[in-house]
Amino acid sequence: MGAYIVRRLLLMLVTLIGMSILIFVMLRLVPGNITDIIFDSAGFVNPAQKKKIERQLGLDQPIAVQYVNWIGGLMRGDLGYAYVSEKPAIEEIVPRIPVTAKLAALALIFSTLFGVPLGVLSAVRQNTWLDYVLRVFSLSGLSLPAFWLGLLILMACVHWFGWIPIYRSTPDSPWQELALLCIPAAAVGFRSSALVMRLTRSSMLEVLRQDYIRTARAKGASETAVNYDHALRNAVLPVVTIIGIEAAFLIGGLIVTETVFNIPGVARFLVEAIRWRDYPIVQNLVMFIAIIVVFVNFAIDMMYAVLDPRIKYEE
Amino acid sequence: MRSKLAFAVALSIAAPGLVATPVLAQKQGGTLRVYHRDNLPSGSIHEEATISTVQPFMGVFNNLVLFDQQKPLNTPETIIPDLADSWAWDATKTKLTFKLHPDVKWHDGKPFTAKDVQCTWNKLTGKDPDDFRKNPRAIWWQNLKEVTVNGDLEATFVLNRPQPSFLSMFASGYTPVYPCHVSTKDMRTNPIGTGPFKFVELKRGDSVKFVRNPDYWKKGKPYLDGIDWKVIENRSTRVLAFVAGEFDMTFGTDITIPLLKDINSQAPQAICELAPSYVSINLIINPKAAPFNDPTIRKAMALALDRKTFIDILSNGKDDISGVMLPPPEGVWGMPPEMLAALPGYSTDIEKSRAEARKIMEGLGYSESKVLKVKVATRNISVYRDPAVILIDQLKKVYIDGELEVVDTSIWHAKVTRGDYSVGLNLTGVSVDDPDVNLYENYSCNSERNLTQYCNKDVDALIDKQSQETDFDKRKKIVWEIERKLAEDLARPIINYQRLATCWQPQVKGFVLHRNSIYNNWRYEDVWLDK
Repeated sequence: MGAYIVRRLLLMLVTLIGMSILIFVMLRLVPGNITDIIFDSAGFVNPAQKKKIERQLGLDQPIAVQYVNWIGGLMRGDLGYAYVSEKPAIEEIVPRIPVTAKLAALALIFSTLFGVPLGVLSAVRQNTWLDYVLRVFSLSGLSLPAFWLGLLILMACVHWFGWIPIYRSTPDSPWQELALLCIPAAAVGFRSSALVMRLTRSSMLEVLRQDYIRTARAKGASETAVNYDHALRNAVLPVVTIIGIEAAFLIGGLIVTETVFNIPGVARFLVEAIRWRDYPIVQNLVMFIAIIVVFVNFAIDMMYAVLDPRIKYEE
Repeated sequence: MRSKLAFAVALSIAAPGLVATPVLAQKQGGTLRVYHRDNLPSGSIHEEATISTVQPFMGVFNNLVLFDQQKPLNTPETIIPDLADSWAWDATKTKLTFKLHPDVKWHDGKPFTAKDVQCTWNKLTGKDPDDFRKNPRAIWWQNLKEVTVNGDLEATFVLNRPQPSFLSMFASGYTPVYPCHVSTKDMRTNPIGTGPFKFVELKRGDSVKFVRNPDYWKKGKPYLDGIDWKVIENRSTRVLAFVAGEFDMTFGTDITIPLLKDINSQAPQAICELAPSYVSINLIINPKAAPFNDPTIRKAMALALDRKTFIDILSNGKDDISGVMLPPPEGVWGMPPEMLAALPGYSTDIEKSRAEARKIMEGLGYSESKVLKVKVATRNISVYRDPAVILIDQLKKVYIDGELEVVDTSIWHAKVTRGDYSVGLNLTGVSVDDPDVNLYENYSCNSERNLTQYCNKDVDALIDKQSQETDFDKRKKIVWEIERKLAEDLARPIINYQRLATCWQPQVKGFVLHRNSIYNNWRYEDVWLDK
C-alpha cells in the first residue's frame, strides 16, 4: 500500500508538471494578450506604448524564460501580480476560493443527498409510478441548462416574493451565507443529482439481481437491510467514482451559476481572467484546480479500498 | 442665436419635469445602490474611454469647469465653475486663464494648487515623465502649447491658435484634475481626488465603493453618505435585481427598448428616461483591403443601407438616423432631416438606391450568380452582433455575401488597428456634443482613435477651419460641409445613433439625465435619497 501511494504521488507530480506546461503554452496560443486588452477600454492601440507595457510585464521575454520565472515564483509562494488590478495575484485569488468551495461543497451535498436515496428508491420500486416520476425528474435534471434554471429561479423569486437571491454584499453571518448559497447550489447540484440518481439506480438494479442478494433475502433479512446493507454498499462504488468526477467537473457548472446569481467566486473570476488574458491569475488558478482534481482522484482511489475490502493496492 | 436654440431645446426637454416635480428640501444620508454592467478596467478616468470607468469614478474628482449637472443639455452656455471659480480669455483668444478655488484639499489631505492643473495637462500632452499608460484623448489637447502657473491659484493654458471649443473639453466627465503627488499607476488602482466622494475599494468582478468626503470644499455637499456599485455582468440578473428593488439606479444607458417595456410593466414606480446616447452604430470599411480599395464598391455598400430598418428592428424605431454629429433636437450640431436625406447613401428611396448599387456592382462584374464574398467582423457582444446581422442581410441585396466574423471582444480594437479586417461593424461614443471632439477624434489624419485611418487633407483643413470659427452659424455650415465630405468619402458611415434608457427608483432625487452625452453627468453631488 505504501509503495503504491508513493508511486501515485510521483505520478501526480509528473501530471502536475505536464499540466503546468500545457496551461502555460495554451494560454499564450490564444490570440491577443493583456496589452491588447488594456488598450481596448481606451478604444485604440498605441504600438509604442504597447511594447513598453509588454516589456514591463516581461511578456517580451522568450516563453521558456517566462515559464521558469513563473514556476520559480510558484516554488517561493510568489504568484506574481495580476495584470488588470495590478495587485498581488494571491490577494485576488484567495478571497474567492472559499466562496466557490462552499458553493461546490453544497452542490455536491445536494446532489448526493438527493441523488443516492432517490436512485435507490427508483431501483427498488422499479417500473412503478414512483420510478417513472423519478426518471422524468432525473432526465429533466440532465437536460435543463444550469443558467436557464438559475434565471427561472430568479424570475420566480422576484415575481412571487419580490426578492432576489443574489450576492449583494458579504453576508453578515454563516447562516445568511448558507441561505444565499442554497439556491444556486441547488440549481447547479440538480444536474449532478440527476446523474448520481441514474447511476445509483442502474448500479442498484444490477446488484439486486446478484445471487448473494437472493441469499440474504432467503436468510430472512429485512428489505431495508437487503437494500441498504447488502445492495447499496456494493452498488455505491461507481457512484463514488462519478461523484469524484462531478466534483472536478462542477467548476464548469459553477461558472454559469456564479454569473447568474452574481456570486463573487473563483469560477467566474477564472473566465473573466481568461477573457482579459490575465496570465498570472489564469495559470495559478488553473494550476490550483488541477491540483485539486488530481488529489480528489487520488482520494477516491484510496476510498475504493475502504469501501470494498476486495480491492488491495499491493504488488 | 446659438444660445437661444440651446435654451429652447433645453426648456422643451426640461419643462415637463420642472412642472411635475415639486421643490423638496434635500435630505442628507443614505447610500446610493447602483449596479454596474461589467468589470471596469481601472479607476483612472484619463486612461479610459468607457462609461464603465467615468460613471462610477467621476464623483471622486473635480474638473476645472463642468457641464451643469442639473441641466439636461451640454452646451457652452451650461458650463459652470468647478475647481475654477472663474476663467477668462486674453485678447488674442490664445490664453485661457483659470482662477482656482482656494482651500481645496485632496482626499489625502494635501492642498490642491495650480501645480496640479499643470501636472495633469503635462501628463495629457506627454510632457511629464510619469505619463499615462494610455492617453485616448490626447488629440483634444493638440492645440495646447503649455500650461503656466501664477502662484497657487492661477493657471493659464496657452494655445497655438484660437479654439472656441477648448473650454467645452474641460467640462467633460473625462477631464478631471489629477494630483501631482500621486503616480499614474496609483491613480488606476487607488485614485485620489478632490471630489465629493472618496474611493474606498474596488473588488474586481464584485463591487466598487465610495464614501462621502466629509471635507468636501462645496459646503453641505454631497448629500449621500456613499455610493455602492455592485458589478452584475448578467443583464437579466441585474434588471431583475432592479425590479426587485435591490438597487436605487440602473447603470447609465443600460436599459434597451425591450427591457424598458419589462421594467415599465414589472416596476411601474421606477422612473425611466430614454435619451440619445451619442453612441453610433457605424460601418467600417478597410480602404486598404482589396477590393474595398475601390471607392465604387464602398459607395455601393453605402447605397445598400436601409437605416430605418436598422432602427425599427434594433429599437422599435426609437433610435435616430444621423450623420456624424448627433441630430437635433438634442444634438446641437446635427443636420436637419431634409438636409441629411440629400447626403450620399441617405436617400429614403431605398429601392432606388439599391438599384443604383446593383448597377455599380454589375459594372464591376458581380451579379446574383457571382457575388462578392466578404467577412463582416464585429465584436462578440450582442449590441454589435445584432446590427451586423442586419447589415449582412442588407448587403445581400447588392450582390455582397457577408459572413459574420465574431471577434473576441478583448482583441477587437487591436484587430481593427492592425487593419486586419475588410468590413466591420463598430460602435463609437462621443463624449461632448462638439465638432472638435467628434471630428478630431474620429476623422482627423493624426488621431489614434481614427479607427479606419481615414485621412483626407481637405477634410483636416476644414476641421481646423471650423475649430477656429467663432460665429456659431458659420461654424455650423463648415461642420455640415465636413459631414457631406465624410459621407461622400464613406469615411465611417453612421448607421444610427442609439437611444437608451436609464432608470431610477422614486426615492432618488436630484439626478438629471443629460440628453446629448452619456459621459458628463455622474458627479452625484446633487443626488439625494428621499427615504
